[in-house]
Amino acid sequence: MTELLFDAADGPQGGHILSRGQIFWAKFTRHRVATVSLVFIVLLYVVVLVAEFVTPYDPFNRHVGYLLAPPTGLQFVDTDGQFHLQPFVYGLKNELNRETFQREYVVDTSKRYPLALFVKGDAYQLFGVIPTDVHLFGVEGDGKVFLAGTDTLGRDLFTRMIFGARTSLFVGLFGLSIGFALGLFFGGISGYFGGTVDNLVQRLTEFLQSLPTLPLWMALAALVPQDWTPTQVYFGISTVLAVVGWTTLARVVRGKLLSLREEDYVMAAKVSGVSEARIILTHLLPGFTSYLIVYLTLAIPQMILGEVALSFLGLGLRPPAVSLGTLLIDSQNIQTVTLSPWLLVPGGLVVLIVVAFSFLGDGLRDAVDPYRT
Amino acid sequence: MLSYIVRRLGYMVVVLILISIVCFYIINLPPGSFIETFATQLEASGAPASQAQLDYLTVRYGLDQPLIVQYWNWIIPLVTHGDFGFSFEWQQPVWSLIADRLWLTIIVSLVSMVFVYAVSIPVAVYSATHQYSAGDYAVSFLGVIGLAVPNFLLALVLLVASARLFGITPTGLFSPEYMNAPWSWGRFVDLLIHLPVPVVVVGLAGTAATIRILRSQLLDEFQKQYVVTARAKGVPEGRLLFKYPFRVALNPIISTAGHLLPEIVSGSTIVAIVLGLPTIGPLLLRAIIAQDTYVAASSLMLLGVLTVVGVVLSDILLAVLDPRVRMGRSN
Amino acid sequence: MDELGDRTMDMTDSASTNQPLLEVKDLRVVLPLLEGNLVAADGVSFAIRPGRTLGLVGESGCGKTITAQSILKIAPRKARTDGRILLHYADRPATDIIGLGADDPELLKIRGGECAMIFQEPMTSFSPVHTIGNQLMETILLHRTRHRREAHDLAVAMLAKVGIPAPAETLKKYPHHLSGGMRQRAMIAMALASQPRLLIADEPTTALDVTVQAQVLRLMKDLQHDLGMAILYISHDLGVIARMADEVAVMYMGSIVEQAAVRDLLRTPMHPYTRGLMASVPRIGKKSGEPLQSIKGNVPVPINKPRACGFFPRCPVAIEGVCDRVVPPLTPVAAGHSAACFRYSEVVAAAGLDQGGANVH
Repeated sequence: MTELLFDAADGPQGGHILSRGQIFWAKFTRHRVATVSLVFIVLLYVVVLVAEFVTPYDPFNRHVGYLLAPPTGLQFVDTDGQFHLQPFVYGLKNELNRETFQREYVVDTSKRYPLALFVKGDAYQLFGVIPTDVHLFGVEGDGKVFLAGTDTLGRDLFTRMIFGARTSLFVGLFGLSIGFALGLFFGGISGYFGGTVDNLVQRLTEFLQSLPTLPLWMALAALVPQDWTPTQVYFGISTVLAVVGWTTLARVVRGKLLSLREEDYVMAAKVSGVSEARIILTHLLPGFTSYLIVYLTLAIPQMILGEVALSFLGLGLRPPAVSLGTLLIDSQNIQTVTLSPWLLVPGGLVVLIVVAFSFLGDGLRDAVDPYRT
Repeated sequence: MLSYIVRRLGYMVVVLILISIVCFYIINLPPGSFIETFATQLEASGAPASQAQLDYLTVRYGLDQPLIVQYWNWIIPLVTHGDFGFSFEWQQPVWSLIADRLWLTIIVSLVSMVFVYAVSIPVAVYSATHQYSAGDYAVSFLGVIGLAVPNFLLALVLLVASARLFGITPTGLFSPEYMNAPWSWGRFVDLLIHLPVPVVVVGLAGTAATIRILRSQLLDEFQKQYVVTARAKGVPEGRLLFKYPFRVALNPIISTAGHLLPEIVSGSTIVAIVLGLPTIGPLLLRAIIAQDTYVAASSLMLLGVLTVVGVVLSDILLAVLDPRVRMGRSN
Repeated sequence: MDELGDRTMDMTDSASTNQPLLEVKDLRVVLPLLEGNLVAADGVSFAIRPGRTLGLVGESGCGKTITAQSILKIAPRKARTDGRILLHYADRPATDIIGLGADDPELLKIRGGECAMIFQEPMTSFSPVHTIGNQLMETILLHRTRHRREAHDLAVAMLAKVGIPAPAETLKKYPHHLSGGMRQRAMIAMALASQPRLLIADEPTTALDVTVQAQVLRLMKDLQHDLGMAILYISHDLGVIARMADEVAVMYMGSIVEQAAVRDLLRTPMHPYTRGLMASVPRIGKKSGEPLQSIKGNVPVPINKPRACGFFPRCPVAIEGVCDRVVPPLTPVAAGHSAACFRYSEVVAAAGLDQGGANVH
């Protein structure tokens, strides 16, 4: 069946053959969802880098009188039925419900606060150096805008979610780079030396893979001393995730190295007297980097999920550190989360991030696979 | 065939020994010990223990001895007469704490496995035979979502939804009246009633992953020359599918059991904590936090044993089904 | 089962009436690819007579495999196929295979029953997890008998016929137990087990050692002599074709560029491509030191194929302004000999000086 394809390098007769890069891009962009995911991920990384600016409040600012306030709805039509192009929010009152005797939030339609851009608010330092108090959006005066509600201490959940995403996204990257180094190292020596080394590394990966990941993470996370600073904990947890998670990559690297060494074109290069180093650089690596990128893309969400799970269990990052996992600690209390379901919104962001990375990885994989059309 | 089984079993024994060492070592790595945690607790409660008391406890639990001796004191009774040691925190033998939870862990894991295969195999066959159809896209999309939703989050969402809609929270594996009752028919039925929610939550990610693997495996097999050969022989499509690609694709699926089982045990740990299931997971979490060494090491080890035994069993099953594996994976 | 006995009779009858067994008319197969539409077969027509062998020769990628696949409707699913493929019967009207649905019982009867196929790769053509016996008996149970006992005996007889030692034991073996040559023999046994009227052989010896190759070729010749089936023999190797075929069709870029009885084609090749192909076959008796000729350039990819002679960019005698503007039609140039070239007479004249192709072997 492969025969019906062609063995020609170029066709002068009308038909033209696309270059590797062009085919890659054409195949990738044909995967619409992957393209959208790529845009989403790039945007998200940009947003979290300037989190202080794009969020309306300081993540640790407790809004007195607004504990567990529901998400603020953006309004376009006022009580008189008049349409406003500039969205606005209503005020929020905390009242005692005379029937249930519970305190409830009631929308106060008598107060209207227009949503404005570049509003002055909590002071911060952009990139840690530029002192300013301008936020991308917000409301002026007494009004409050909580896009995702507030937590048990009255802190804006939307703001904290963006800050949490910053932590979690970079935990992913950091853990990944450690895992990447480990995987590349073990997979590399395994596939390159073969023999006893390969056998030992193989048994080690097999052993690690046959253990349930989460319990192992839990046990290792307990190694992180209680008195470490949040930054130390952060790197500690990333390392824990990486120490368990490198095996898949090592297997991929090894398998790929072994199969590539067997390829006819490598054999051909060897026979024509090309040096070992040159073979690795010019023949093995190109056939390889694309797969590494794909596996890295697919490994990031695993790291993020690991951090979220550990932090949720209280074994990972600990408050006051803000991550998508620590934000979910509040929702461990079923009664609270039943009354304030918006506490689960950070979980939604986790799902979105993981889905985006998965689709991106899928798209990349399809695009680098030369045998898929 | 027999030599293959013997080899795998031998390998399993080595791995089990390794697991016991690694588990014990990891659990003992964190600075401080149960005695210190215990002392801090007493201090916090306003009744600090005297140094003499603490020293006495340290000696009594053998915590003053080198780690290797502690390991020896733990593993030898364990192997010789199933004695898993003593829980500092619960003040009772580890086995009596863990036994019931172990069986329930095994039940939840196995039922989840069955659920995963029961759902994923038919869905994957449908998806692969209807490639690029709306149904196939829907399956692929749901599969990505299924893999992306952390199972503890799904458990939380289910709890919240059920609490808001029906006013009940479906936690635990037993109704209160059967919680601590001895095993009986009624208790078994009660367990069956409580199983679906945790099983679906635990099995979701595995189901999504298995559908993905089996689907792409089937699509790969459809391209293979031997399928074309069979088609050229005049084998009807339906029979062709089940006799050839499905049969061949089944082997990697069986070998994925080796990955699936650790994943399910892993997932059920955290789900059990959220849903309050009386399995090993919550016990492990608590023991890790309290540095209750023997409980933590035993729990961690049993979870490891569970997966390793499962993996070896699936390897042996694979060898029975695939003549190439029996040959020692020469190709 | 009695029908089977009759069939052999029919074949000898129809052979005498010279009625074709299979007619391919104006076959066009298009594969939609990322780069555009690949025309894998473009207006292919040929006929195969009962008991005779048609050789289909060409370089890889010329469309010979997809043409063969179209006859059994086993081309890749996304391929778009047009034209007619008529399978003639002695006692009823011909069937157009292209018009049959994927689940048509008639198609299932044709596949493996009327027309069987053997493939290039004996390594991958068998399912790795089923025994040879299982796969061989499947064919027999589908097309010859419903009784397992009888199927088993037929399978043993068939394996013996293709020269496999210890046939009864071989039935219990898995494909990876057999050598490549033995596997291809088993493949031939499986194809011929249903006593097909047509055997399609797609490069059946390409993946085999040269000595084994000779054995398998002889086996196929012998079996054709015994069983009387027609063969469509596909190869890139003109030498093998010369040995196996009665008639030859030369394919280039999805079209047949020359067709003739094998002797005529080898003696007087009329298409410059055929000549190039023959000049590039190494021959014993050729003066040592004389370089082996090759056709310059590569096979162009027939994507969004322009209206021109496909061989134009590589042709030594191409006419600028004609060959790159018009597709030369396949026209009769002598009795039973047709070629698709505007300059065939000059080519023939040149060939007359050389006489090269007549003794390929």
